[in-house]
Amino acid sequence: MRISMSSVPVDDQAKALSFYTEKLGFQTKHDIPLGEHRWITVVSPEDPDGTELALEPDEHPAVRPFKSALVADGIPFTAFAVEDTAAEHERLEALGVRFTQKPTDLGTVITAVFDDTCGNLIMIMQETSG
Amino acid sequence: MDDLYKAIADPTRRAILDELVERDEQSLFELCGRLIMKHGISSSRQAISQHLEILESAGLIIVRREGRYKFHSFNGEPLKAIAKRWPTNETRR
Repeated sequence: MRISMSSVPVDDQAKALSFYTEKLGFQTKHDIPLGEHRWITVVSPEDPDGTELALEPDEHPAVRPFKSALVADGIPFTAFAVEDTAAEHERLEALGVRFTQKPTDLGTVITAVFDDTCGNLIMIMQETSG
Repeated sequence: MDDLYKAIADPTRRAILDELVERDEQSLFELCGRLIMKHGISSSRQAISQHLEILESAGLIIVRREGRYKFHSFNGEPLKAIAKRWPTNETRR
């Protein structure tokens, strides 16, 4: 068994696809019309055959209150690995991405948290030798 | 004044203030991460949230809401009352 896919619940799939590709730099792997929504997954250009991230509609009534509660407390929905948290923070902020936590050295990891504009906070993390 | 003494009597609350002095405008998530990774304080988010309420009612932290976010900052003003009541060599002059 292996983890081939993860997902984030987004309030608008078209907006999400543009944010996750144009700002974050992921590539579209699947984009298939599916009734009123689409089945969209993106992958990292550093690992195009690796784990896919599905951008799923957050229409279930329980999802939005859950997302709002996480955002209010600054809790990220998921996390991505980066080589250099400070460099990514600088790059993304220049693209207008809003960070709720600037790069923070926590000993074995340097993390930062930004808003994906689709109702989620996302953490980036760089592992350090500590 | 009682609120102030009670607020700074607890070591976890003092650690929270230390972290906020280092950087203001922190989310609850960032604070919890700092407390566990840097101070070994693994209290629940709920417990930290209650500590924050006590610090806020003593005026030692200021909570700012911005849209859907909530940020916490240190405010040292209430501590002046302590130095005024029991002056140090510096504050006596």
